Amino acid sequence: MLKRRWAAASSSTSLKATSPAVADTVSYRKARNRLPGLAVPKSTTPTTKPPLTFPGQLAQSTVRGQATQKQATAYIHGKKPYDVEKVRRDFPILNRLINGKPLTYLDSAATSQKPREVIDELTRFYSEYNANVHRGVYKISEEATAAYEEARAKIARLINANSPNEIIFVRGTTEAINLVAKSWGTANVGIGDGIILTEMEHHSNIVPWQLIAKERGAHLKYVGLTDDGHLVHDDFHQHLESGGIKLVTMTHVSNVLGMINPVREYIREAHSKGCRVLVDAAQSVPHMPVDVQDLDCDFLAFSGHKMCGPTGIGVLYAKKSILEEMPPYHGGGEMIREVHLYESTWKDPPYKFEAGTTNIAGAIGLGKAVEYVSGLGLRNIQAHEQELTEYAHDRLGKIKGLRIYGPENPRTKAGVISFNLGDVHAHDMATLLDEDGIAVRSGHHCAQPLMDRLGVSSTTRASVYVYNTEDEIDRLVESVERAGRVFKV
Amino acid sequence: MSSIYSEIILDYYRYPRNKGSLPHAQIHARDSNPLCGDVVEMQLEIDEKNTVKDVKFNGQGCAISQASASMLTELVKGRTVDDVRKISKEDVLSLIGGQLTAVRLKCALLSLKVLKTGVYNYIGSTDATKEELSSL
Repeated sequence: MLKRRWAAASSSTSLKATSPAVADTVSYRKARNRLPGLAVPKSTTPTTKPPLTFPGQLAQSTVRGQATQKQATAYIHGKKPYDVEKVRRDFPILNRLINGKPLTYLDSAATSQKPREVIDELTRFYSEYNANVHRGVYKISEEATAAYEEARAKIARLINANSPNEIIFVRGTTEAINLVAKSWGTANVGIGDGIILTEMEHHSNIVPWQLIAKERGAHLKYVGLTDDGHLVHDDFHQHLESGGIKLVTMTHVSNVLGMINPVREYIREAHSKGCRVLVDAAQSVPHMPVDVQDLDCDFLAFSGHKMCGPTGIGVLYAKKSILEEMPPYHGGGEMIREVHLYESTWKDPPYKFEAGTTNIAGAIGLGKAVEYVSGLGLRNIQAHEQELTEYAHDRLGKIKGLRIYGPENPRTKAGVISFNLGDVHAHDMATLLDEDGIAVRSGHHCAQPLMDRLGVSSTTRASVYVYNTEDEIDRLVESVERAGRVFKV
Repeated sequence: MSSIYSEIILDYYRYPRNKGSLPHAQIHARDSNPLCGDVVEMQLEIDEKNTVKDVKFNGQGCAISQASASMLTELVKGRTVDDVRKISKEDVLSLIGGQLTAVRLKCALLSLKVLKTGVYNYIGSTDATKEELSSL
């Protein structure tokens, strides 16, 4: 019954191929091979394996980045101009004044703001069709179930999963990774096995692996970084060759440096050695087109609240064949087929992994958020953020004593800018910016190993999203300059 | 607007008083603020009259945490251990002046927490003191 509903949902999409949203999708797929971190469509993939070199990633992606920029701009002007002022009107919080000044929200890498339609959908759910899903036979339960499953289908379409059954609702990226570590890790990682990570991971993609490695007697191997934040491919290659590697787990986009990692190439190489790959996409799915079939990742994790959705809802994508083999994560109601006194059987994925009453409102809100960002167009969002990032690099880079961490070329990165000014501590910087109504993050950004690698205790991080403007970057720059004057840098 | 970053705070941050270490200190405590990574270490030499003969702090972190630590050392020098024990949050905040947000309060009070941990270890801790420390 539910399967039929999904089938209906996806076939109705293909019928609507002329709708603007779908046309957008088609256009971005055509152009996607020019995007850094993304790849050529399957049909053009050479059947013979090209040599897996990672030649000066910076230089290569610079060229690709420029192509992206031109392509994106042409696309915007030719098709659908990105009207940031219109976008801003969708976000009620942007009307707030902080210390008498307009809120300048530059902390979307931590959590994004929410558009009116997502907020309204949550209210509508609770005031019109709040009910538990799947087992109720009454009207509003049917409505809630349909909305919940439609959200799953929307997410599947967003990341181009093969089926909505590959989408598991979790609390967020952290829980998604813990689910894989506990369920897949316990079943597949044994004594002496290895797990490859990178030095730029968020704590949420380090600690679950430390726990499972300790429990299973496995070991962790790290891919190091160059001074400007690129992965050292030789490390990766060596670790893979050392044998016994069961899993590679890495972030798509660094939450500190904004670095876009060439995950697709790493995945291909890992697969050639029979390893599974998890991609932490918390900082990529909200900001750029991500296609799980094209990447060919085995697992992909992301959070709803960083992409205009509510907090407490996120997604684990995994290939169907892998999900079927994985043991349950939590036991309880909803995830069972039959329960007897001493043993039980499980439902098929994704329900096997969704024990108890899930965050129904969150999932429905996330469905709305996916609709919202898809409506803006992920390529448009990426191009908009790219322009802002270049502008911010340009302006901040001119401030005496200011250091930006990560790639020097803003075209090779996403809209995350980490910096320090002289000896001004990041927390002091953030407090001074807050006096001007500017919200940025300061600290270690849940990436202490990366901070150690950079040789700093903390950085100030400004991150942009769909609603940010060049005026706001100007405000940031003025305020950073003021901080420099206060601290006499 | 009135910034927390007064000339005085910045002066203590740039030119900290009583920074360093005391090899013969009877009281020695250290703590960090996991949120910011601020670290403060306090060392106190106590004489036979139970007064603070000398005091030094060491550490790294934001201007608020380091300036407040330095100011606190000036406040305790020459006082009795019992007086040091009675120093309150408000005493420290009035030294700093200005308005602090809840998160930044942790920076401002880290040095007091370290100082009190050291003092209570020296005079013998009770459950009530643990509660007081955890409220800082």
